Amino acid sequence: MNRIFKRLASLPISFYCLLLILLPLVYIFFLSFLKSDSYGGFTYVFTLQNYLKLFDVVYLKVFAQSFFIAFITTVICILISYPFCLFVNEKSKMVQSILMTLVILPFLTNSLIRTYGWMVLLRKEGIINTILLNFHIIKEPLSLMYNNLGIIIGMVYTLLPFMILPLYSSISKIDPRYIEAAKDLGASKLTIFFKIIVPLTVSGLFNGVLMVFIPCIGYFFISDLLGGGKLMLLGNLIKNQFLTARDWPFGAAISIALLLVTYLLVRIYRKSGGEMDDLGGL
Amino acid sequence: MQHKILKNLFIFLVFFFLYLPILVLVVFSFNTSRMNIVFEGFTFDWYKVLFENRSLLEAFKNTMIVSLVSTLCSTIVGTLSAYVLHRYNFFGKKLIVKLLYIPIVIPEIVLGISLLSIYTLMKLDLGMFTLILSHIAFSIPYVIISVKSVLTQLNPQMEDAAKDLGANAFHVFWNVILPNLVPGIISGAMLAFTLSLDDVVISYFTAGPGSNTLPLKIYSMIKTGITPDVNALSTIILVFTLFILILVSIKQMRKIKKEARV
Repeated sequence: MNRIFKRLASLPISFYCLLLILLPLVYIFFLSFLKSDSYGGFTYVFTLQNYLKLFDVVYLKVFAQSFFIAFITTVICILISYPFCLFVNEKSKMVQSILMTLVILPFLTNSLIRTYGWMVLLRKEGIINTILLNFHIIKEPLSLMYNNLGIIIGMVYTLLPFMILPLYSSISKIDPRYIEAAKDLGASKLTIFFKIIVPLTVSGLFNGVLMVFIPCIGYFFISDLLGGGKLMLLGNLIKNQFLTARDWPFGAAISIALLLVTYLLVRIYRKSGGEMDDLGGL
Repeated sequence: MQHKILKNLFIFLVFFFLYLPILVLVVFSFNTSRMNIVFEGFTFDWYKVLFENRSLLEAFKNTMIVSLVSTLCSTIVGTLSAYVLHRYNFFGKKLIVKLLYIPIVIPEIVLGISLLSIYTLMKLDLGMFTLILSHIAFSIPYVIISVKSVLTQLNPQMEDAAKDLGANAFHVFWNVILPNLVPGIISGAMLAFTLSLDDVVISYFTAGPGSNTLPLKIYSMIKTGITPDVNALSTIILVFTLFILILVSIKQMRKIKKEARV
């Protein structure tokens, strides 16, 4: 009986891991070495061409553009999250828990809807431009979207809680006596921040970096809506290879490249002392 | 003193940033003007327009089916698996534990296209079935992590005691462990449900012609143009989500109070 239970109970998870995680990824890896034909299919001929194609100037530009946007987004999220978490951490326990609930709340609603809210705000004839024009602060409407700025605003907005939450959880664990001791010994605020707070929150920080940087590369709908489809990011490129251009092997090769970047970031996170279970926890 | 004001101002600005787009949508869903710029007058018209939109209601129905079924399945499999991984050693366990983090860390788009490829390979037609399967695929790990965090805090002697009293493995799991896991199971299921309700990227690749979900429908509506009926729809979804959240948090509050009394 006991052995039967153990056998049966371990079946679903084994099937799940094999069929829905391992097999799809292995298949994508396999696809990335196949030759695509002109009819949207592929022939079973081994080739490295898909990977060589990644080094084409056109695609290198897409990589550079995506990483640039992901990098700027991550930096802005860090710059907002550190002071925010530190200030919130000074409040009473009750206020802290209310404020953190208020941070999570908007993110449990639909992300497309929130992106749409930004479109209403940022358009040429949108609310922000109308207000600025009416108060004669600007003469011409500003281009706030359909460019890099729009994409970055949308990405920062969508991904900010993924930086705030892990950072807050590691900041709230800092023993306040460390900071008091540093103050007593005459450390300046900057010294306290860089020598005590940052080193003690480094795993929370890298958790946030991982959860902001990686999705930022793949969220094609934000660059589609706020970038106006003019700017190609890696997410859009992969999407196009699978749905419009129908060059699956090339799309697979880009995905494998993206997985390598993810793997590197996970390694850095682990080196910083982070636990896998703390990832992706809203 | 001045420092304190500046700090509070900063906190306020962050919240302003977080709530601004939501506020705008709600306010303009009651606007008589089509234009989403100036508030001209109060109306419910956009809500009427919405309820006459059949394809939208269809998408809503699909979303609810997909989210409820996938949450149910992933919660059952996730809970059982968290226990199995915690309690037993079996062949391939180490690999499984590593694989489970993959759906959490890899870009959603990669999970989406790899599932799409595998469905095509297996000659499965894209539709409700593939959509539900994909949603189960990305939510199981979240349920497992959530249940695991409660499991590790349980007293292992409890299980030994049950066994000494003659319970078999199934009884131990069903009558002793499971009742203690309820908080972890609920928060795991909540997480799975909200992730599923909101998912755009993976659904985009794994939904078929007859299985448009609400996020996908909204996506195509936004792409064709900005009209206040989308605002009205957004407001309804927001109110609906808030309603569930408040319900859950009130229940949790009561529970915390009860425990505090004991």
